[in-house]
Amino acid sequence: MTTTLERPPERTPLPPTTARRRLSAFVFRSRRTRLFSLLTPPVLWLALIYFTAVFSLLATAFFSVDSFTNAVVRTFTTSNIVQVFSEPAYWRATGLTVGIAASVTVLCIALGLPMAFFMAKLARRRSRGLLVALVITPLWASYLVKVYAWQSMVAPENGVLAWFVRPFGISGPGFGTPAIVLTLAYLWLPYMILPIYAGLERMPDSLLDASSDLGARPWRTFRSVVMPLVYPSVVAGTIFTFSLSMGDYITAQIVGGKVQMLGNIVYQNYAANLPFAATIGLIPIIVMLIYLALVRRTGALENL
Amino acid sequence: MTSQSSTTAAAADGDRSARPPAVTLRGLTKVFGSGGTEVVAVDNVDLEVVDGEFLTLLGPSGSGKTTVLRMIAGFEISTSGTIRLGGADVTRIPPFDRDVNTVFQDYALFPHLTVQQNVEYGLRVKGVGKADRRARASEALAGVRLDGYGARKPTELSGGQRQRVALARALVNRPKVLLLDEPLGALDLKLREEMQVELKALQRQVGITFIFVTHDQEEALTMSDRIAVFNKGRIEQVGSPAEVYERPQTQFVAGFVGTSNLLTPQAARTLLGQDGHWAVRPEKIRLLAEGEPIGPQQRSAAGTIGEVVYAGPSTRFLVDLDAGGRLTVVQQNLRLSSTDVEHYRGNRTLLLWDREHEFRVG
Repeated sequence: MTTTLERPPERTPLPPTTARRRLSAFVFRSRRTRLFSLLTPPVLWLALIYFTAVFSLLATAFFSVDSFTNAVVRTFTTSNIVQVFSEPAYWRATGLTVGIAASVTVLCIALGLPMAFFMAKLARRRSRGLLVALVITPLWASYLVKVYAWQSMVAPENGVLAWFVRPFGISGPGFGTPAIVLTLAYLWLPYMILPIYAGLERMPDSLLDASSDLGARPWRTFRSVVMPLVYPSVVAGTIFTFSLSMGDYITAQIVGGKVQMLGNIVYQNYAANLPFAATIGLIPIIVMLIYLALVRRTGALENL
Repeated sequence: MTSQSSTTAAAADGDRSARPPAVTLRGLTKVFGSGGTEVVAVDNVDLEVVDGEFLTLLGPSGSGKTTVLRMIAGFEISTSGTIRLGGADVTRIPPFDRDVNTVFQDYALFPHLTVQQNVEYGLRVKGVGKADRRARASEALAGVRLDGYGARKPTELSGGQRQRVALARALVNRPKVLLLDEPLGALDLKLREEMQVELKALQRQVGITFIFVTHDQEEALTMSDRIAVFNKGRIEQVGSPAEVYERPQTQFVAGFVGTSNLLTPQAARTLLGQDGHWAVRPEKIRLLAEGEPIGPQQRSAAGTIGEVVYAGPSTRFLVDLDAGGRLTVVQQNLRLSSTDVEHYRGNRTLLLWDREHEFRVG
C-alpha cells in the first residue's frame, strides 16, 4: 500500500508583463482611477449641457426685451417676475395646469392601482411578463400619433366617444379640459402602473394571507397592509404623471380647444419675449420642487 | 394565556375522546392547474386531529402537506372533500372567518408595523378595545420572551425573534387551532433545536391544537404527539412518533422516517424464514462481541464490514451480509475512537438484533 506521492507539476509561470497588463493592473488597484473613468462622461454631460441649459433659462427670466428690436437685454430686472405674479390670468393658468396635472394623476392612480394589483398578485406568473409588455407597448408609439388618435376619440361631432354615448342622449366630451385630462391620463398611465407593479411584486403574497388569517376582510387588508406598503410606489408614479402633465402643451393644443396650460403660454411667447416665457417656465419647476419636497418624506424617491 | 395553561392541557389529556375532533378532513382533494397540466397535490386525504394535540404533517417537498395546511387555513379552496373545525363545516368559509391562525414559513410580519402593532393586528381587526388589545399583546409577547421589544420594527429583529413574534401574533387571538408551516426552516441548527423545545413547551402551556408542517423527520419525532406521514398527496401512516418509527407500515415511511435498513427478500428468507420486505433500524443492530452468547429472542447474521464511517458520537458500519444485501449498523462510540474504527474495514463480523425489532414493510 505504500505509494509515493508524485510531485505536483511546476507552476505555470506568470504571463510576461506588457504595457496593457500593467495598465489593467493599475486600474484594478486604484479606486480613484476607476471612478474617474466611469463618471467623467456623465458628469461632463450634466455640467455642460444639462445645468447650463437650466441656468440660462433661470437667468433669462431676470432679463428683459428691447421693445423695438425684440432682442434680449442682459440687465437684471425683476419686472417679469412682478408681472407674472401680479396678473390674475397667470395665477388662473397655473391653477388650471396644476388642476389638470392633479386630475390626471388621480385618474392614473384609480386605473393603475387595480391594474397593477391584478398583474402582480392575481395574474398567473407566466402571463405577468406579457402584461408588462402590453403596458409598455404604447410607449413605443409616437406621442403625436397617440394625441391625434385621442383627437378623433373626443371630437365633438364625429368622435368615437361622442358616437358611443349618443344613444344615451349624452354628448361627447368635446375639446377642452376633460379631453386634456383623458388624453394625458392615457399617455402617462404606464408610468403609474410600472412603479406600483414593481412595489406590489416586492411585497410577499404571505402578507395578504397573514392579514386574512388574522381576520381582515379584503378591503381591510387593502387599507391596512397593501396601501401602506405600496404607498411609496404610488407616490413615485405620481411624480411621473404630475410632472409630465405640468410640462405638456401639445396635448392642450390638439384636444384642448381654447384651454391654455402654462406650456402653451411659454410656446406663444418665446419668440417675441423670451425672458417672459422663461419666467412662466419657472412656475412648473417651482411647483414640482414643492411637490418633491412634500413627497420626499414618504420614501417615494427611493422607489423611482 | 399563561394562567389558563395547565388546566387546559390536563383536560385535553383526560378526555380526548369525549370532545369533537379539532379538525376533521374527509376525502380532501386539491387539483392545481386545468386541462392538460393538472397536478393532484392532495389526493383524498382523511384525517382527524384530536383537540389539544400536537400533530405533525411530515413529508418530502411536494408531498401535499403544505397544501393541506393552506386548505385548513382557507387560503386554498379544496377541489373536493370537506374540512370541519370542531364539528362545524368550514370548507367554503374564507380564512378571515375561520377560528384558526397561521405561523408562516417566512413569518409574514407586516414590515410597516411595529412588533406591538403586528401582534395587535388580529385584535384590532376584530374591534377589541385599545387597552385590552395592548394588555393582551404585551402578555403574548411576554409569553414568547419578547417583553420590551414592542416598539421595534420586524427588520430590527433576528430570525429567531421574528419567529417568536409570528407565534405571539397568532396565539394572541386564542385560536382553536394553530397552523405552523415549516416555521423553523429558516433558523440555523442550534436555534432550531432550542425552538423545538420551546414550541413544544408553549403548546403544552396554552393547550391549543397545533398542526405543524415539516420535512424534517427528527423535528417531527421530537415534537409531535402524532405524526401523519405524507407522500405524493396521500397520507401513508398516522401514529405516535414511536409507532411511526418502530412500526412503519409502508416502505416509504420506513425509508423517510429514520434510516431505512431493508433486508433483501432473499436475506429475509434465509435469516428470518419469512417472505416479503423486512427491515431493522440501524441502531437496533449490534456487532457481536467475541464470545458473546446469542439469546433465543435474538437474531444473528454473518457478514463482512464494507465501509466504516466515523461520525463523532457514533460510527456507521456498512455490512455486506453473506445472505445477500447490505445493512447499516450504528454504534455509539463508547470506547471506539477514530483510529480504532479504521481497523474494522474488511473484517468478518456477526450482527445481532432482537427479534421484536424486525418489522415488515409494505
